[in-house]
Amino acid sequence: MTKPIIHMDKIEKHFGNVIALAGVSFDVTAGECHCLLGDNGAGKSTFIKTMSGVHKPTAGDILFEDKHMDFDSPRDAMEAGIATVYQDLAMIPLMSVTRNFFMGREPTKGRGLLKRFDAETASDICMEEMRKMGINLRGPDQAVGTLSGGERQTVAIARAVYFGAKVLILDEPTSALGVRQTSNVLATIDRVRDQGIGVVFITHNVRHALAVGDRFTVLNRGKTLGTAKKGDITPDELQDLMAGGQELAELESSLGGTI
Amino acid sequence: MSTTEPVMVDERIKQETFIAQLMKRPELGAIAGVVLVTIFFLLTADEAMFTLQGFMNFMTPAAQLGILAIGASLLMIGGEFDLSLGSMVAFAGLFFAACVVNFGTSLFVAIPATLLFAALVGAVNGQIVLRTGLPSFIVTLAFLFILRGLSLVGLKLATGGSTQLRGVRQAVENDPLTGFFSGDAFAGFFVRLAEMGWIDTFKNGTPKVKGVPVEILWFVVLALLATYILLRTPAGNWIFASGGDANAASNSGVPVRKVKIALFMVTACCAALLAIIQVIDAGSTDARRGFQKEFEAIIAAVIGGCLLTGGYGSAIGAFFGATIFGMVVIGLTYTNFDQDWFQVFLGGMLLLAVLFNNMIRKRVTGER
Repeated sequence: MTKPIIHMDKIEKHFGNVIALAGVSFDVTAGECHCLLGDNGAGKSTFIKTMSGVHKPTAGDILFEDKHMDFDSPRDAMEAGIATVYQDLAMIPLMSVTRNFFMGREPTKGRGLLKRFDAETASDICMEEMRKMGINLRGPDQAVGTLSGGERQTVAIARAVYFGAKVLILDEPTSALGVRQTSNVLATIDRVRDQGIGVVFITHNVRHALAVGDRFTVLNRGKTLGTAKKGDITPDELQDLMAGGQELAELESSLGGTI
Repeated sequence: MSTTEPVMVDERIKQETFIAQLMKRPELGAIAGVVLVTIFFLLTADEAMFTLQGFMNFMTPAAQLGILAIGASLLMIGGEFDLSLGSMVAFAGLFFAACVVNFGTSLFVAIPATLLFAALVGAVNGQIVLRTGLPSFIVTLAFLFILRGLSLVGLKLATGGSTQLRGVRQAVENDPLTGFFSGDAFAGFFVRLAEMGWIDTFKNGTPKVKGVPVEILWFVVLALLATYILLRTPAGNWIFASGGDANAASNSGVPVRKVKIALFMVTACCAALLAIIQVIDAGSTDARRGFQKEFEAIIAAVIGGCLLTGGYGSAIGAFFGATIFGMVVIGLTYTNFDQDWFQVFLGGMLLLAVLFNNMIRKRVTGER
């Protein structure tokens, strides 16, 4: 197996007397999609926030390209090449796609007092990047508010990729989407992976995970329940692992096996 | 790679007409307003209103309000309010007048000092808003009263008990900078125009309009500068982003706090600039200077297309918003209407503008 881009080793995170993560190990290699599954409260969010520099781990090591890393802020992690697309997307509906795409990292031309936003270059790059992702904008000045949820996800992913992400963390990108939009986003994940970026795909939908995932790690109550490769695990086994097995089997029988 | 090659043209997208694109501009409402008001006064007002002299007459108050409105619109796009603007005019006026009268400094010192002082007060406003997380509406409402009160107290200290500080004109009369902040610009050019018979003159040959009042020039320059910053610099993008969603903006690496504090400082400086112009022009300052101007400035910004929730608007819109204001306040004197209709008109205009802007925003964001 190739070397992981990022390796999280026995990460622990305590909030006061609450142990949110109790020794979670996780890694991502280039060009793979590693799914992180778990039910609500399993510690998925805490874990990716630790990975993206929002939280500092209480104990454990983060190795990024074989170097020990200590992220002080999300900005540090971003600069190292870890991009996170959160559920709220960090997009502003009233602003154009181009302006959102380059928000905080605007291309400029000219010098000194004449240094200005290079609107033409920005529009061209944005149109091109979006076309690569399979979205045809009406124009670079189209407002993000007019895009569908799936398209917004794609803009956010395209932005992260364009700005040189090596690891892309997607926080439940499909949770609020319809069937068609979900498949678009999954197709986008596939494209991104083919470019050699390591994708961390957080979800609690087993079918979405199995559609694109190469490896699957299940979190439960702050611990990993193990990592499985594609083909080594059936959807039912994965589903059971996520929900803590026993209880779900009982629930399922009472609901007639429809979950 | 994926199976389908992306298509270049999406058949579901209709070509937009030029009109439809125009409809999305934030300043459209204000421009439509200017056209309506112009038609109204063309029908009802004395024709003197639309001579060169009439134009300067209504553009002067428009410019004075506009200097504030442009600052207010930038701040509103950045997602904050400043209700202390009007009081800031009085407070900065006091500071400026005290500099030149009580301390006898030249304008070279007094003007930068006044702007710096205003920026400092703006920064305090901004710091309190950002640190406490209180709405800027409340914080600046407090400063509306604090600054107004301080202006009164300060005036009494500076004058020994009066609420009017006189003697500014004598103090700055021969200062080389005075011409930039008061009187008319391009006087020589207007004399030339008069000689060539292109503009109206008095019987003795001097032009009826001596030049362009300097505040109009400041107004135009500020509007252009603000528009350039908003549309053509990274800072402009940051202003829209900070106002649109501060959290999303800072997640994307926009220095939201710095942007907002800078905007509070710029807005306060606009108030100080107006104070300097007005105080030199009047030759004195008093505690009622700038009274209720904060509301008029915000109204002009809203007519100009700024959303109360931030993240959307334009400085050119505020320019036309202030122009409408000037046309109405002066235009009514050219008609047979009672001038006090002005306030009714202003309120009505505000209401219409907000309704119109909400409609525009829905078109832009495609809300359904």
